[in-house]
Amino acid sequence: MNRSPSLSLERLRRTVRLGLKSLWLHRLRSLLTVLGIVFGVCSVIAMLAIGEGASYEAQEQIKNLGSQNIILRSVKPPEAQKISEKNTESYILSYGLTYADLRRIQSTIPGVTVVVPGRIMRETVWNISRFADCEIVGTVPWYPEMRNHPVAEGRFFSEADIIQSASVCVIGAEMADKLFPLGSAVGGAVRVKGDYYRVIGIMEALGKAPGKSDADARKNTTHRMFIPLETARMRYGEVLVKRRTGSSEVEKVQLHEVTLKVASREEVVNVSLAVKDLLERNHKKQDFEIVVPIELLRREERTKQIFNIVLGSIAAISLLVGGIGIMNIMLASVTERTREIGVRRALGAKRRDIVVQFLVETVMLSAAGGLLGVALGVAIPWVVSYAAGLKTIITFWSPILAFTISGLVGVIFGIYPAIRAASMDPVEALRHE
Amino acid sequence: MAPASIVRLDDVHKTYQMGAVVVEALRGVSLEILAGEYISIMGPSGCGKSTLLNLLGCLDRPTIGRYLLGTEDVSHMDDDALSAIRGARLGFIFQSYHLIQQLSVVENIEIPLYYQGCSEAEGRARATELANRVGLGHRLEHKPFELSGGQQQRVAIARALVNDPLVILADEPTGNLDSKSGAEILELFDDLHTQGKTLILVTHDDEVSRRTHRAIRLRDGLVETDVRK
Ligand SMILES: Nc1ncnc2c1ncn2[C@@H]1O[C@H](COP(=O)(O)OP(=O)(O)OP(=O)(O)O)[C@@H](O)[C@H]1O
Ligand SMILES: [Mg+2]
Repeated sequence: MNRSPSLSLERLRRTVRLGLKSLWLHRLRSLLTVLGIVFGVCSVIAMLAIGEGASYEAQEQIKNLGSQNIILRSVKPPEAQKISEKNTESYILSYGLTYADLRRIQSTIPGVTVVVPGRIMRETVWNISRFADCEIVGTVPWYPEMRNHPVAEGRFFSEADIIQSASVCVIGAEMADKLFPLGSAVGGAVRVKGDYYRVIGIMEALGKAPGKSDADARKNTTHRMFIPLETARMRYGEVLVKRRTGSSEVEKVQLHEVTLKVASREEVVNVSLAVKDLLERNHKKQDFEIVVPIELLRREERTKQIFNIVLGSIAAISLLVGGIGIMNIMLASVTERTREIGVRRALGAKRRDIVVQFLVETVMLSAAGGLLGVALGVAIPWVVSYAAGLKTIITFWSPILAFTISGLVGVIFGIYPAIRAASMDPVEALRHE
Repeated sequence: MAPASIVRLDDVHKTYQMGAVVVEALRGVSLEILAGEYISIMGPSGCGKSTLLNLLGCLDRPTIGRYLLGTEDVSHMDDDALSAIRGARLGFIFQSYHLIQQLSVVENIEIPLYYQGCSEAEGRARATELANRVGLGHRLEHKPFELSGGQQQRVAIARALVNDPLVILADEPTGNLDSKSGAEILELFDDLHTQGKTLILVTHDDEVSRRTHRAIRLRDGLVETDVRK
């Protein structure tokens, strides 16, 4: 007789086929048994993908702010807000960052290299009969470079435009589509109240992450139009009038937003503290906020780490529970198949053969559960990003890891039932009813 | 040339410890079986027939005494070695057939060859040949529950023959069958005997015993009579 070694590939294949037959005999039970693993693996992969997607979006947004930047914003002080709610009379509210602040920062804090001041007005922008509500940002020529927001078409305004207070503007891609649906916006003109601006450039669309449609991205981002800072100061002064029903409200703000660039990344946090100190000394009210993108990024990374640890623990617990479920069913199966074990032993099966048979069955069960879980876990994020418009990212290692671990769970929780099966006395096993 | 001795028991004892009580199932059995013999073992219930058959089948080891199978002393072999001997040299037939439910007829017949490390194609060919020999060539892919008791026992016989064993051991092979199917199974045993196989049948049925050429009668764990006809 032609003998092959007891653990050859062919033998393994036959053992696998045998296992499939045994599992198929109790297919409903097999399915129910692996549900624990299926849901464990599936929920972990899906949650990981959704978490990864959310964190990616957050990180992209933070990166767009620039990792070497510190962003200062004027905010209406909370007390002032209260007053304006109660008082129906008109009055002037003055708050926020001033040009004096800017000069002080530049002269006293050494690490700061470039400063991008910005004024923001909310206005309606027209092109004949088409219009868009947008934020008009008065700023400086180096804004695109500082904020990682490149110009897609045409150019940004130059130093010369600033000095001449030129009536030029650069508009966002989303706005360009809306105001100039036919042909290019560059070279065209837009109107804000009584003033006309020549469009010299179009910014790249922001927040356009892969996997999201263009339409989605356009819906969500606010329209922005950039004009030279001097032009803004000349045209709009420092006083903003907001009309509301029954009252008009006048706000006086010099600068709405200032971006500082710090020479080295390591200095960002220290410089931000120094800036905060400086501003607090000169402002009586809390009428500004400081955003440090790199700190946000670090916080985001830490959050993600914690999220992953929590997820890992959930995965471990669910796989443990799933594994125990499998072990339980395999022990029942061993008892139920005592006679089969006795027959196989009588027909020449060694203890090792019985161990292999039951171990292969358990591993197949849990690996099938893992595979099913991976399939569901990959499908769910896909459905979620399709239906809810959420970004999801499936990292390539998560399905592989999940599948491997579920196979391992099969080995670990299969060993005991398999050894129990193999250690039966053949005579006793044959007499078992 | 006289037929070779293939089984030899020397003063074999088998005792079971049941808590404080010691049950002596066999109390000194000596036996020699020659190649080609057709033997029945009879005796009242509990006299040790199954115990003796399990020892002969290397499913168990004697407590005291020596057992030679062929030329090998198997009384002190370890579990793996006994498994190998069962797979290579013995054939088992049980009262309630003991087929594996999730496997087809031909797959059931193949089992001993599988544990012998025989290739799949070779095993399949041999199993098909034996299924034909017991008259089940047209039922190869059927599952055991689709067969009658007599047919199932014939599958079990084919399975016992597939490794071309030295001895075939059967514990009450007709016990679960009606007289007609029982008779068919006994015909099959007669044929096997004519082909030169060595058969040992444990039975309660005098009719079965009458067909065999040597009748061993046990009582209380001892051989009472041993008659060659
Ligand atoms: N595993 C065991 N543990 C304890 N006692 C046992 C065991 N197996 C058998 N015996 C005892 O050994 C004796 C012989 O049992 P055995 O099964 O060989 O009888 P038998 O002749 O086959 O009976 P039957 O005709 O009813 O099958 C009995 O008294 C039985 O109780
Ligand atoms: Mg018995």
